[in-house]
Amino acid sequence: MSTPLLSVRDLHVSFKTEDGVVRAVDRLSFDLDRGRTLGIVGESGSGKSVTNLTVLGLHNPMFTTVEGEILLDGQELTTARESELEKLRGNKVAMIFQDPLTALSPYYTVGRQIAEPYMKHNGATKKDAWERAVEMLGKVGIPNPRQRAKDYPHQFSGGMRQRAMIAMALICDPDLLIADEPTTALDVTVQAQILDLLKDLQREFGSGIIFITHDLGVIADMADDIMVMYAGSAVERGTTAQVLRSPRHPYTWGLLNSMPRLDSDTGVRLSPILGTPPSLLTPPSGCRFHPRCAFADRVAGAGRCTTERPPPATDRASACHLTADQKRTIFIEEIKPRLG
Amino acid sequence: MKEDLVLPAQRTQGPGTDGERLLEVKGLTKHFPVKGGFPIRRTVGQVQAVDGIDLTVHTGESFGLVGESGCGKSTTGRLITRLMEPTAGTVTYRGRDISHASRKQLAPIRSEIQMIFQDPYSSLNPRQTVGSIISGPMEINGIDPQGGREKRVRELLEIVGLNPEHYNRFPHEFSGGQRQRIGVARALALEPKLIVADEPVSALDVSIQAQVVNLLQQVQNDLGIAFLFIAHDLAIVRHFSQRVAVMYLGKIIEVGDRDSIYTRPRHPYTHALLSAVPEVSLTDEETGGRERIRLAGDVPSPISPPSGCRFRTRCWKARDQCATEEPALVRISGNHEGHLTACHFPEEPTTEGRQEDIVLDPALAALEEAASDDGEERA
Repeated sequence: MSTPLLSVRDLHVSFKTEDGVVRAVDRLSFDLDRGRTLGIVGESGSGKSVTNLTVLGLHNPMFTTVEGEILLDGQELTTARESELEKLRGNKVAMIFQDPLTALSPYYTVGRQIAEPYMKHNGATKKDAWERAVEMLGKVGIPNPRQRAKDYPHQFSGGMRQRAMIAMALICDPDLLIADEPTTALDVTVQAQILDLLKDLQREFGSGIIFITHDLGVIADMADDIMVMYAGSAVERGTTAQVLRSPRHPYTWGLLNSMPRLDSDTGVRLSPILGTPPSLLTPPSGCRFHPRCAFADRVAGAGRCTTERPPPATDRASACHLTADQKRTIFIEEIKPRLG
Repeated sequence: MKEDLVLPAQRTQGPGTDGERLLEVKGLTKHFPVKGGFPIRRTVGQVQAVDGIDLTVHTGESFGLVGESGCGKSTTGRLITRLMEPTAGTVTYRGRDISHASRKQLAPIRSEIQMIFQDPYSSLNPRQTVGSIISGPMEINGIDPQGGREKRVRELLEIVGLNPEHYNRFPHEFSGGQRQRIGVARALALEPKLIVADEPVSALDVSIQAQVVNLLQQVQNDLGIAFLFIAHDLAIVRHFSQRVAVMYLGKIIEVGDRDSIYTRPRHPYTHALLSAVPEVSLTDEETGGRERIRLAGDVPSPISPPSGCRFRTRCWKARDQCATEEPALVRISGNHEGHLTACHFPEEPTTEGRQEDIVLDPALAALEEAASDDGEERA
């Protein structure tokens, strides 16, 4: 195995706010290989978007403290200068945002916006870059791309704007593509088109993709590996099959149990996770999930979950004090039957 | 002057009232004018948001309305609650036509039909305490429950799972899920018979969604309230509703019992919609079980919808007849009772995988063909 495309080691990100220090990301480590897709799933405020803004250096350095390592192809990004990051953005690393209308500028034509990174990073002429933009628009399925490249974003529908964003992200053939909830604002039939398009294009371009979402169904469809985040930390990591079919953390169990599926038993009530996600200004002591955890009382050693933080999740073990045997038995005997 | 709307005497809630027609909608239509032109602004077109829909909600039933954005499902909800006046058609509530009733005539009905909104942030007044938000409907309708309004509000807070001590707090002190509970308590304050819930959980986090869905289900079972549940999430609608209608561009294209719609759909659009839902597969077998349909492009504009069947521009079965003749919403052969479909060339009643996927998106089709050619060459 060669070195991974992206390697994040023990990342801490905190923000200074008027009310105190918010620890948005805490003890986070993960790897991503070329051509693979890592799905990051978590609720709002779990730190999944912050992680990726930090990779691109898009945080405000005045109020943000970043510790740890982010290695892209061996290059350290946390200490990189702005001019170095500028060479990466849109070139080696590209991003697709949730809301394509606010991510595109209303003042420039779609074609010009797509061509811009190609001109900047490849030194192409305006004409060549325009030709390449038209070609990319055709590739992502915009009908009549030569004409539509002259349109402004407001003349595109929601699905077409997201296609234009994908064209812009892929025009420089990036090694790493970060997709932050790219289909959340779209309708389900359009979402299915865009997800399949991303998968098919990944096969052609060979990029590594970090796919951020709160929807377990979308992640099951897209990801090779999954990282589940809660309150700034990874609670569970593994391949998609491992995490979805034999999950090992009470939070993942809670997510799976609280979500109705098209084939679940309609007579059964949903089993929600109790309580609400914690504030990161004053996170709970010990395991950050313990106030909402239904299994904290089964951990050997009374009160251990409230005082001692479990070690960060690795590929083999979830971040939980339950023993490996307990996790397996609880899932098979208590969680799986309820999934129907 | 029109006569006052006198409602039939209140019936006691009980199993005997099930199946009674609570709300009946016939040919309901709402067109919004599109203004344009200079110097005199004229009406240059009509957004046909809702175009002739029929539906019936029975007492104590939960009726789901699904569809993508712009299909008219929210407008339907607003017409039924008479937050808007319909362009044509009738809304009959407990035997009385309320489609053009005046404010005064509507007053007694308003308390029986309540609404829960999507956004728990903008639907609560930030300057009012929780107590005054929930007691507002009682104040407006001059209702004085036994023991006073405050006692009733505290009861309601308890029903929706909030601490009655929070009576004097403001909305900003609550999380999204708790705010939605306040919205539910407000809707329950007048003991309604019908609640129109417009995307009540789509703004909430996954773990909180289940809490609110359970609360709504509990309220529905315990108090026998009928629900018109409007949502775009097909799995949640399936979980919550006994009957489901699927809307596309202002029309109901298929309606029926939950199991009929989800396991025996006939309309091509229902097939496409169900096959587009990304699903977590929990079994170890590879899923070849579900059909895969990928439509091309987006929903057409409701200002100039396609002639005939409105889905025909994105349909793989469309023929000449679809452009000239609008299909009626009828029970087609092979359907269970009450399962109506508006299609000239319906699909087989199954959601199982087909021999060949239906991929209409040109970009997807091109990429997948190239990939399969590569695979063949290598092999």
